[in-house]
Amino acid sequence: MAIRSIAASQIENAVYQAALEANTRLPADIMHALEQAETAESSENGRKVLRLLLENARLAAEQVLPICQDTGVAIVFADVGQEVHLVDGEWESAINRGIAAAYRDGSFRCSMVADPLQRANTGDNTPALIHWQLVPGSRVTITVMPKGFGSENMSRVVMLVPSDGIAGIRSVIIETVKSAGPNACPPLIVGVGIGGTQDHAALLAKKALLRPIGVAHPGAQTALLEQQWLGEINDLGIGPGGFGGNTTALALHIETYATHIAGLPVAVQLGCHALRRSTIIVS
Amino acid sequence: MTDNSKIVQLPLDATIARTLRAGDWVRLQGALLGARDAVHRRLFEAIQQERELPVALMGETIYNVGPCPGRGEKACGSAGPTTSGRMDRYTPALLEKGLLGMIGKGKRSEAVVTAIKDRGAVYFAALGGAGAIYGTRINSIEVVAYPELGPEALFRMEVVDFPAIVAIDSRGCDLYEAGPASFRRDL
Repeated sequence: MAIRSIAASQIENAVYQAALEANTRLPADIMHALEQAETAESSENGRKVLRLLLENARLAAEQVLPICQDTGVAIVFADVGQEVHLVDGEWESAINRGIAAAYRDGSFRCSMVADPLQRANTGDNTPALIHWQLVPGSRVTITVMPKGFGSENMSRVVMLVPSDGIAGIRSVIIETVKSAGPNACPPLIVGVGIGGTQDHAALLAKKALLRPIGVAHPGAQTALLEQQWLGEINDLGIGPGGFGGNTTALALHIETYATHIAGLPVAVQLGCHALRRSTIIVS
Repeated sequence: MTDNSKIVQLPLDATIARTLRAGDWVRLQGALLGARDAVHRRLFEAIQQERELPVALMGETIYNVGPCPGRGEKACGSAGPTTSGRMDRYTPALLEKGLLGMIGKGKRSEAVVTAIKDRGAVYFAALGGAGAIYGTRINSIEVVAYPELGPEALFRMEVVDFPAIVAIDSRGCDLYEAGPASFRRDL
């Protein structure tokens, strides 16, 4: 098996393209889900809101404008083929340069502060928040997910215990959405991570937002829970924009992982209706 | 856009502010201020320390926004609302200084709702996530204070045909409570 050399500039370019695309073009599965929701929504305010959101997405794509002014923290998922060898640069710098250039050229808002206590703006929306994964093969798959903090601030991790069971998990999810109310910009995409450790559950929940809407969990029991709990979330009546309606969430995705015999970590990661993600493969 | 929106001039007329009802769709026209977390904190501290404010708040409307920079000749880029609840701590003091209107999104605290009632003020919700649309409804924007805060500075803005809904009216009626109540199916 040959080692595959990839130049740091290729990584930088992939991140650059993905960041520009993600911020201005709403993914097709989200658009489709919003269109379907508009048809099914029984609240008049809810339908008005959904129509405005669709109009906004079309305007953003046509005029290459950010869908939302919160162009967010630049979350980058880097799936690196184990045969890849990076040349002429460093992984993190390449990613950060790509983000800085995209946010400059796209006229996106720079929303990062270097230190959470001092809070001075970094001026270029770096550092990116990077999640690395080693995968088989010789390609690098870059996904940029600009994540606004309206939704991020309403997300939660709870360390349940095994005896809390499915009912306990359900409760964490419903309570998280209920207390978010309008603040996370419903209709939401709800990511749930169950298992692992505290931090891994949170990462699972975030990765759950990468799954396209309409794709169920491969396990039958988990897929059933996804459908059931999505229905219960919509029964909360929060609605589009939080003004009341039957579309509070477009999808609920669950990801699971092995965990400790004494543990049941549960993370709920809320994505707003402008769930932005773009993937570029470097090969 | 909605046909039955009320056109509302800014700065708000206090009498008109009292006639607005939670759930009314409006189109705002005129002058307002843009301010979010850092500015609210500075204004609050100035009020507490009895120092002069960089702008007079009497009759003003504040839009909670941190806009994207404009491209080319555009005044500013995408400019939808940020979550107003983060400013709740500072808001009653600003309302006491005469702030009459607020535009943002999301729930407000009880203290803010009470202050809105006491002062005959109005809280409008702009649509979270419709940043591109709102950017096209802002004709001009300039920094009036705290330029070192970048996108978090205090701005003066002129808006035209700016869609919003009355979320909390001067009687304290809250669309974020009343709206979902009619659609909630008890679990």
